Amino acid sequence: MTKTLSIRPDGTKDRAEGPLLEIRRVSKAFGGLMALMGVSLRVWPGQIKGLIGPNGAGKTTLFNLITGMLRPTSGDIRFQGRSIVGLSPFQIAALGIARTFQNVQLFRGMTVLEHVLVGGHRHSRSGLLGAILRTPRMQREEEEAQARAWAILKRVGLAEWADRPAESLPLGLQRILEIARALAVGPQLMLLDEPGAGLNPMEKARLAELIRSLNAEGMTVLLVEHDMSLVMGLADEIAVLDYGQLIAEGPPEAIRQDPRVIAAYLGEEDEVGHAARG
Amino acid sequence: MRRTAFSPNFFGFAIGIPLILVIGALEAFRPLGLSLPALTGGLLTLDTMIRVGLFTIILVGLNLLMGYAGQASLGQAAFYGMGAFFSAILTVQARLLGLPLALTAAWWWPWLVMFVGALLVGLTAYGIGRPILRLRGHYLAMATLGLGIVIYILLRENLGLSHLNLTGGFDGIQGIPRLRMGELVLWPAWRYFFLVWLFAFGAIALGLRVVHSRVGRALRAIHGSEMAAESVGVEVSHYKAMIFGLSAAMAALAGSLYAHFQTAVIPATFGFGPSLELVVMSAVGGMASIWGAPFGALAILLVQEALRTQLHRIIPNAQGEFEAIAFGLILVLIMLFLPEGLTTGGLRWLRSRPRLRPRWG
Ligand SMILES: Nc1ncnc2c1ncn2[C@@H]1O[C@H](COP(=O)(O)OP(=O)(O)OP(=O)(O)O)[C@@H](O)[C@H]1O
Ligand SMILES: [Mg+2]
Repeated sequence: MTKTLSIRPDGTKDRAEGPLLEIRRVSKAFGGLMALMGVSLRVWPGQIKGLIGPNGAGKTTLFNLITGMLRPTSGDIRFQGRSIVGLSPFQIAALGIARTFQNVQLFRGMTVLEHVLVGGHRHSRSGLLGAILRTPRMQREEEEAQARAWAILKRVGLAEWADRPAESLPLGLQRILEIARALAVGPQLMLLDEPGAGLNPMEKARLAELIRSLNAEGMTVLLVEHDMSLVMGLADEIAVLDYGQLIAEGPPEAIRQDPRVIAAYLGEEDEVGHAARG
Repeated sequence: MRRTAFSPNFFGFAIGIPLILVIGALEAFRPLGLSLPALTGGLLTLDTMIRVGLFTIILVGLNLLMGYAGQASLGQAAFYGMGAFFSAILTVQARLLGLPLALTAAWWWPWLVMFVGALLVGLTAYGIGRPILRLRGHYLAMATLGLGIVIYILLRENLGLSHLNLTGGFDGIQGIPRLRMGELVLWPAWRYFFLVWLFAFGAIALGLRVVHSRVGRALRAIHGSEMAAESVGVEVSHYKAMIFGLSAAMAALAGSLYAHFQTAVIPATFGFGPSLELVVMSAVGGMASIWGAPFGALAILLVQEALRTQLHRIIPNAQGEFEAIAFGLILVLIMLFLPEGLTTGGLRWLRSRPRLRPRWG
């Protein structure tokens, strides 16, 4: 069904190597509510793929399925050619998928630096015994982890905030911190869930710049965003969800003019919006 | 980790260790007839200080579990009891188990039992913790409470093997031997006091090291957001069970030390009431602090002691219930005015600079 809808653009990216992430006819039911219905989607290496849709369309649900926080009712999700359905979130992170959260998920009481250190958790091995005995390996790993974390903080421009409690940061920087924490995982694919929500124009510009430069360094991004100009400016391809179904997919210019997309968003203002909430 | 100028950890050891040495020496030599009770107006005895040390060991573990990892345990005294009874059974009931006297009479036998006991209790708790710690909030509290009660009843009912009478039922086990180091018996009390505080400072050092490590960060992250922690590759269920296991092992170790101190154990010492008391001590000292452990234990033991000896002066025919009421009132007041506990809350109040959130131990 979605096959006919999907518009394969003549992208500049090399698509010979196969998709990084492939979602195959995935459905998710919450009791009687179908949050996703037979959604198929591909994310190619090196691209920024936009995922848009009205409130309640199922975007966050799709992220939760990809990261293993929820299990699809049916369908398959493949990362680098291998099915990841049924794996735990921590295993999926280890494979190279990191995410941010629509409602910022910080570790209360921990500093900015510590957030990024936790992000790099999987790059060290020392456990409880290493910590108690302060083994040389643990100390070396700790130094390496600190160095990596500082490099990431500098990279995203949060170094001067390193020792501040994360919850004391303005929202714009909290969202950047979530990206920094995800970066520390060392992922091939980043899932960003409305990173621009609640940010002022200046913060949004900074965010867009960061995403663009990460992508330029080779990071593949799947971006959920309500701010049309932000997502249109960043993504090289956009998929549109509405009521759990993929209604359009293609380059930003095509999506902007797609009558189904316009209809979905027009409806959001009035009765459809109510229906989605109720 | 990168704290330099003023480290409360340094001061903690620099003040705490000499203090313990002085108290121990005072009691050992009694110079000029001075003693700890005499100097403190009867408020502090060596016995109380030994208990503070034992509870410190348990509370460091409990604080790691509750204050850092954010997982409640209302059954911690049961692990304390498991350690105590493990030592008691394997040193006193050896004949029932068919262990050769040559083995159980050796000076190192109780030590071996103590460490093996702590290890076994820790591993058991890890195993139980994997499923139980999936529960959150009140549900976890109820589950650990239930677990504590089950273990207490098992101790009381001879582990269900009444024909063996291993735990001695209600009456418990008497005649547990004193610990020895070769020929040296760790008694009188001041010797045991040194031993217990050696373990207590060891527990504090261990707690601090865990907190300031990758493991400690993972635990605090789980406390903050399990979802986010898992999303960066932290195996949440493993870490939760692991710290549950560690806290249980520490409680068991304290239990063994208690058994050889008291030389008699009864199940009632390890029931629900004591579990609750441990949580109160933890809260009063400051759950999210390692140094809160000795202060919480000391504060509560002192309050109990004071209530027991002084309450009848204020309310002449006060009974046990008044003790409990006064105890509860004090707890409510502390939660209202120092919700982070004596150490963390106190330090913050002293400095009253929000930027310097106490993160250390
Ligand atoms: N855990 C859940 N249990 C039950 N229903 C859920 C759950 N998560 C999401 N839903 C429902 O699934 C639908 C899709 O929600 P989802 O959060 O994925 O939408 P979204 O596209 O991210 O919306 P928004 O733009 O508002 O973030 C909604 O109707 C929502 O109420
Ligand atoms: Mg959403």
